[in-house]
Amino acid sequence: MSVDLRSKDELRAEKRKNRTGIFLITPGLLVLALFFALPVVILLAMSLYSKPPGAEVGEFVPGLQFSNYATVLSAYWPELLRSFWFALISTVLALLIGFPMAYLVAVRLREKTLLQGILLVLLIAPFFSSFILRTQAWKQILADEGFVAQTLKFIAILPADGHLTATPFAVVAGLTYNFLPFMVLPIYANLGRLDTRLLEASGDLYASPITSFAKITLPMSAPGVFAGTLLTFIPAAGDYVNSALLGNNRDTTMIGQVIDSRFFKIIDYPGAAALSFVLMVSILILVTIYIRRFGTEELM
Amino acid sequence: MSHSQRRLPQDPQVRALVQAMGQRSFSRRSVLSTAGALGLTGLLAACGTGGSKDTKTEAVVTDLSESDQSVNWANWTLYLDYDDKKKTYPTLDAFTKKTGIKVNYAEDIDGNDSYYGKVQGQLKAGQDIGQDIVTLTDWMAGRLIRQGYAQELNLDNIPNAANLLPSLQNVDFDPGRKHSLTWQTGYAGIAWNKKAFPKGLKSLDDLWDPALKGRVTVLDEMRDTMGLLMLQNGVDVAGKWGESEFGAATDVLRKNIDNGQIRQVKGNSYKQDFISGDAIAGIVWSGDVVQMNFENDDQWEFILPEAGGTLWSDNLMVPVASPHKTNAEKLMDFYYDPAVAAEVAAYVNYICPVVGAKEEMEKIDPELVNNPLIFPTDQDLAKAHVFRSLEPDEESTLATQFQNAIGA
Repeated sequence: MSVDLRSKDELRAEKRKNRTGIFLITPGLLVLALFFALPVVILLAMSLYSKPPGAEVGEFVPGLQFSNYATVLSAYWPELLRSFWFALISTVLALLIGFPMAYLVAVRLREKTLLQGILLVLLIAPFFSSFILRTQAWKQILADEGFVAQTLKFIAILPADGHLTATPFAVVAGLTYNFLPFMVLPIYANLGRLDTRLLEASGDLYASPITSFAKITLPMSAPGVFAGTLLTFIPAAGDYVNSALLGNNRDTTMIGQVIDSRFFKIIDYPGAAALSFVLMVSILILVTIYIRRFGTEELM
Repeated sequence: MSHSQRRLPQDPQVRALVQAMGQRSFSRRSVLSTAGALGLTGLLAACGTGGSKDTKTEAVVTDLSESDQSVNWANWTLYLDYDDKKKTYPTLDAFTKKTGIKVNYAEDIDGNDSYYGKVQGQLKAGQDIGQDIVTLTDWMAGRLIRQGYAQELNLDNIPNAANLLPSLQNVDFDPGRKHSLTWQTGYAGIAWNKKAFPKGLKSLDDLWDPALKGRVTVLDEMRDTMGLLMLQNGVDVAGKWGESEFGAATDVLRKNIDNGQIRQVKGNSYKQDFISGDAIAGIVWSGDVVQMNFENDDQWEFILPEAGGTLWSDNLMVPVASPHKTNAEKLMDFYYDPAVAAEVAAYVNYICPVVGAKEEMEKIDPELVNNPLIFPTDQDLAKAHVFRSLEPDEESTLATQFQNAIGA
């Protein structure tokens, strides 16, 4: 039998504290309700609307037309799969490129504060210019008459009539580049707290640098890697700027582009809503599996 | 009009609220419930939902033109004479000087569909979209007029409207030209880089030359790209045709996308590909070629293909709930003055729809008088066709087919 031993005053104080908590959390909840929950509900409702026969373009009536989902899924499953595939490749590439960068800045240059500061600014610098502009720059870099394509043609890696823009390669490269800072920064933040004395200790105990890395650095940086992969994968899967600017019309179309064209070109709001909802749910499922499998406690 | 009368806000929702508050039975609850109901309708309207044709909003808007000497105009990019040095639009300044009306000019429109997607919810709810003039292409202008989203123009305020080219005075999307006036007109045709492809193009089929593999762009504007493809197949795009003729042309398009002949399907941004050299030839808009040539020493040549090209126009319209309709009409009148029209044409290089502008052009730039892309020849006009209007159902089906063919 348990008896609450706290006095009435204590209980009252406890209650007041709870009330303060609720009071403080209310604005946040309201913002979320208004700008996230409500739009999602509207999106879901919209995805079930139907088009009455002979209706004007853009005119739909409320309904429960679940076949909207079947229609868009059967038509656009390749684009959906391709989005996740491209996002996965660019996440892995961003990790392979970003981890050494973060490691260099956060651990190796820890003593040299000036250099560390400069490199950190360079890492964040791309954020100072527009996303679209940076993607356009890639178009110029990879252009047929540009240096990269000409060089690759010269050393015969690229066939004479080949090109780099308007290819899956360009889209994945653009995605990787554009989301790289989202990978580097969380890993950097994490490695910045890495206690290098542990590495010294493992060295003293005759661990090779590789073993030290695998047993200490990598596990310690796992929360950063985890956050970085999520921050890269999720926006990359829904991105449409890279595929629109750097892709072609054959084998690079991503789901964001399809949603854009259903919404703005075909004026099929229910179809666009259904696809958006499918995208949201599939990302949610993938991320849940990922968290279950690899998740660290810090993020749960 | 009594001056004591309080002026009501233009936005119907706000107006309803203010009216509700002015009533005697005013209570906090009633205002809140009005606000709630309005908020909800607003939300649904913003989603572009429901409502059958008979619920169309007939907005009763007071024209504030007298008291508020301003007008807001949404147009496409690079579509009005611009002084690079002074960073001003000379003709707009002249208009303000003449009438005292200030113009807020915005290059807001980068696609008919995307602009429609943006403002459709507000138009449906009968709200002011913040623009008193919008500039949209024939078929989209037709859609707005059909849906009752464009106000009828008061031609008494636009005496110069009589200067409209006779061939444009009666159009199927706006019988009698009651709701719209042509801004500029142009062709969609084919162009190529003279240095990279000296052979040149004559017909649309020449775009499928193996030498151009991967260096061809076509427009993402369905009526232009499909129009040219259908013309090449011998279809009269202005006349009667159906899904099978359209389907045959999408097959050609799809084939040339799949085999890599067509590099990309693009909107306005195709110009960058021409300039960077990624594209050597393609389906393009006439005025763009003139502008590109002007800025990059005359590298490209534009023609209407042998089988013909498409002719389109962009039209000035006053959207519902615009509070400056009279000012908008005065602005239209100003730009239908042949001297002003010639000044605009000298900059934008599209076909000028104003009679008498050719004579005025003699004074500005005699060289441009003989430019067939601004003042077209009869032979050219005979080769240019207007894509016929589509029924709403047809529009959705064909747009879906086209979008699928271009992989989106």
